[in-house]
Amino acid sequence: MTKFTAEDVHYFANFAKLTFSDQEAEVFSEIISELVEFGDALKEVDTDNIEPMTHPLQMFNVLREDVPQDVLDRDEMLASVKEHEDGMIKVPNIL
Amino acid sequence: MNFETIVGLEVHVELKTDTKIFSPAPSHYGAEPNMNIHVKDLAYPGTLPTLNKQAVDFGMKASMALNCEVADVMNFDRKHYFYPDNPAAYQISQDKRPVGQNGWIEIEVEGKKKKIRIERVHLEEDAGKLTHSDNGYSLVDLNRQGTPLIEIVTEADIRSPEEAYAFLEKLKAIIQYTGVSDVRMEEGSLRCDANISLRPFGQEKFGTKTELKNLNSFNFVRRGIANEVERQEKILLSGEEIQQETRRYDEATGQTVLMRIKGSANDYRFINDPDLPEIHIDQEWKERVRAEIPELPDARKARYVNDLELSEYDAHVLTLTKEMSDFFDATVEAGADAKLASNWLMGEVSAYLNAEQKELHDTALTPEGLSSMIKLITDGTISSKIAKKVFKELIENGGNAADIVKEKGLVQISDEGTLRTIVTEILDANEQSIEDFKNGKDRAVGFLVGQVMKATKGQANPPLVNKILLEEINKR
Amino acid sequence: MTLMKKTAAELQALLHNREVSVKEVTEDSFKQIAALDGKVKAFLALTEEEALAKAEALDNSSIEGRGPLFGLPIGIKDNIVTKGTATTCASKMLENFVPVYNATAVEKVNDAGMVSVGKLNMDEFAMGSTTERSAFQTTHNPWNLDCVPGGSSGGSAAAVAAGEVPFSLGTDTGGSVRQPAAFCGVVGMKPTYGRVSRSGLVAFASSLDQIGPITRTVEDNALLLNAISGVDHRDSSSSPQQVPDFKAALTGDIKGLRIAVPKEYLGEGIEEDVKDKVRASLKVLESLGASIGEVTLPHSKYASSTYYTIATAEASSNLARFDGIRYGYRSESAKNLEEIYLRSRSEGFGTEVKKRIMYGTYALSADHHEELYVKAMKVRTLIAQDFASVFNNYDVIVGPTSATTAYEIGGVAENQVTLYANDILTVSVNLAGIPAISIPCGFSNGLPVGLQIIGKHFDEALIYKVAHAFEQATDFHKRTPSIGEGTN
Repeated sequence: MTKFTAEDVHYFANFAKLTFSDQEAEVFSEIISELVEFGDALKEVDTDNIEPMTHPLQMFNVLREDVPQDVLDRDEMLASVKEHEDGMIKVPNIL
Repeated sequence: MNFETIVGLEVHVELKTDTKIFSPAPSHYGAEPNMNIHVKDLAYPGTLPTLNKQAVDFGMKASMALNCEVADVMNFDRKHYFYPDNPAAYQISQDKRPVGQNGWIEIEVEGKKKKIRIERVHLEEDAGKLTHSDNGYSLVDLNRQGTPLIEIVTEADIRSPEEAYAFLEKLKAIIQYTGVSDVRMEEGSLRCDANISLRPFGQEKFGTKTELKNLNSFNFVRRGIANEVERQEKILLSGEEIQQETRRYDEATGQTVLMRIKGSANDYRFINDPDLPEIHIDQEWKERVRAEIPELPDARKARYVNDLELSEYDAHVLTLTKEMSDFFDATVEAGADAKLASNWLMGEVSAYLNAEQKELHDTALTPEGLSSMIKLITDGTISSKIAKKVFKELIENGGNAADIVKEKGLVQISDEGTLRTIVTEILDANEQSIEDFKNGKDRAVGFLVGQVMKATKGQANPPLVNKILLEEINKR
Repeated sequence: MTLMKKTAAELQALLHNREVSVKEVTEDSFKQIAALDGKVKAFLALTEEEALAKAEALDNSSIEGRGPLFGLPIGIKDNIVTKGTATTCASKMLENFVPVYNATAVEKVNDAGMVSVGKLNMDEFAMGSTTERSAFQTTHNPWNLDCVPGGSSGGSAAAVAAGEVPFSLGTDTGGSVRQPAAFCGVVGMKPTYGRVSRSGLVAFASSLDQIGPITRTVEDNALLLNAISGVDHRDSSSSPQQVPDFKAALTGDIKGLRIAVPKEYLGEGIEEDVKDKVRASLKVLESLGASIGEVTLPHSKYASSTYYTIATAEASSNLARFDGIRYGYRSESAKNLEEIYLRSRSEGFGTEVKKRIMYGTYALSADHHEELYVKAMKVRTLIAQDFASVFNNYDVIVGPTSATTAYEIGGVAENQVTLYANDILTVSVNLAGIPAISIPCGFSNGLPVGLQIIGKHFDEALIYKVAHAFEQATDFHKRTPSIGEGTN
């Protein structure tokens, strides 16, 4: 069985932009390990020459004409933004 | 130099569509912040991408013009990273099945021709724009979010900064000819990153590469690569190793500066975008798009050299931009001598455009206007000198050369009788010059010709004046 | 008796004869909610003022062009966006999020003249099967208030079962309409993927999600699916397939129908009482002229693993947009951008959501992408092929909707895999993208048992025909929980 360690929790949390205390990481390592084991069950399935199913329906070429419409009102957009300035969304710098 | 320079380029080109690639918000440069947005561009919950057909056509067209194989089946993938200019925290791009693959373009450096291979051309969406301020904040404008892009990735075939420059110049010309982009670096519709490494001559394995960003003009690309090559060479010569990292070109110092060290921290977790069904491109679709591609720079250049007998250099310069080349073609089409048309466009016209910081379409000059002027030169109606006056009028106010000449009385005097009368008067008034000439001072003729031209306000036919002058002097 | 337990046809007759007005129907819904929802806790938000205003406008509107759902109340699951009304996904992350546009399904029920009365509770971001994972409240099963209503559309199913509304919209990514419908003894349909536009459905797993109707009867369900179906230019995965008149399929005639019963569906892990009710139901269908054959779906044992890998991978991608920048929860304590991301997401999401994002992130990471994510998509192909081969010889597949009846609130073992194993009957349907319905087929210890009828792509009409025939031959749909009695 693949063990998902607390260290793994911290490592993958970084990509997902989540943060866990060391104590939480221990708990999550347990519950995610169960999922990892669950996923490992797939390894025994023979999928040679099987194409991955990316969409449930056989559809293709759904295209939109190049005509502008449905512009979002800026003030409506800014209404749900915490901080803004000159019509732009204000965010702190990275660090 | 102990090392061979290895460069690969990644070029982003914004496609000139009316709407974004995955939303119907308008897509154009220069709008007020956050005025060209759609709920999808904000990544509001529940919003879905819808693929712009024009963007696909443009991606195909560019791929074809770059000699790529166009995909039969392609799809879109999500590439994940968090950043305020990337609202969904993923960019919709193409990972394993891009629109174009295995292309090439030919460049020429110092007379040597060379093919630079293009690994792939893929469609993707642009990010929004972040303006950093000094007070610890950044401002996000999402107008650019979702603008269609193609990313063109070359093989590591480039061996010098000059080749990189030539590649970009050629790429820009080709893309511009296809009409899918304005390819203006200053507006960000063409952006370039360079992957640079060195290896000892003869070694097959590539060295560790660095990625160079913030290259905001073709010249900066050339200088940036040159500087980075120099930096890497120093490190290698001192026995140290190159670190895999991303660097930025500093225009002020001309140096490359460390941005970040690359590590395993980059994991984009590509996933097939379930919101967008596959695109199947059949032969008919490909042929329709191919038929829309105009004659490209290489073909035009060959035609100019072979059919119109222009020099390689002239043909190259004329075909650098489609506007200039189209103008040239139309001028010749309107009846102008090709060589003269080429000379005027590369000479007076280019000088005027440079001095005025204008492009052809900003002026009043038309191919018909330029052609009418060249025809008057060819048939001796006006002299080259007069032509310059006519040209100034044509490029500033437009119109037809014959009308300008008539209106301003600029017609060349080619009537022998009229000229002989004037010459006789000049000779009568300049006995000393005749004397000087007879004593072997050839300069004197120049002076006398000048006097005739002055008397005729420059309208005398110069070869004829010369001929009559000599005849009349010899009579004395 | 409350109007909320009447069918659409009955209510339409009352409206037509002017025995009641739309306003009275609407008021009755709010009266029921006021009386019952303190115990059931199905609704997260009520939109009484807007609903009554719309009801009055409808009463004053022309009699021309009124459809079968005109003037009838409906509740909307809180992961379907409603313009101007908070849409929270039962998450702290979106507690105060007010959408600026309507989901296509919401527009369509509005266009049908339905009156939306409010937003319904669910598991946070539709991740769960009990509705206990709502960040705001736990919904109770109207048949036994100590039990869960199922999930994730627990609010949608409980509201209909309790008689608070006759119609609701749920969403089904891995059984989230059918399982709560089974637990609450109502009718819940997961349409073919692409039948109903996903525009405005807050994505959990985009290749699996579908909006589906929950109602008291099969006919009402068919009417509501007709109203919300159809291709939508805002959803590229919505199908241009023609939408038939589902009600026209309700003939009661299923003679010659070929029913497949997968042996995996009546096998290990399924409660005996549930099996008994399903077997009894098959007898009913047989008596109506159908033939029954046992089949096998050999890859169904991998359905759960496949589902969790694909669903979490897509969820980790879809939920990345909740970053505290443009909308939604932002941590007060964050001082820089990185902290806004980390803290807003860590404080805004509940444990189940974080767990799934984490596993999905792992499944998509460079080292596991091929062996997990791509592998799961390949197994998905095999699962879909299993169904396709059964449908070569059979018209529908019948089995239980859930391995058990509703369980006690807080009573589920902390062992998550036990919970997931319960999904096995439902998730393979989403993986294959095919339609399936759950209808009441009996009771076990006073709790409803659901019968699942699964069809081919876009064959909802046949599913409805079978479900309707069964419903007409039985009276399970006529029973209502005692909680609703005594009001009015």
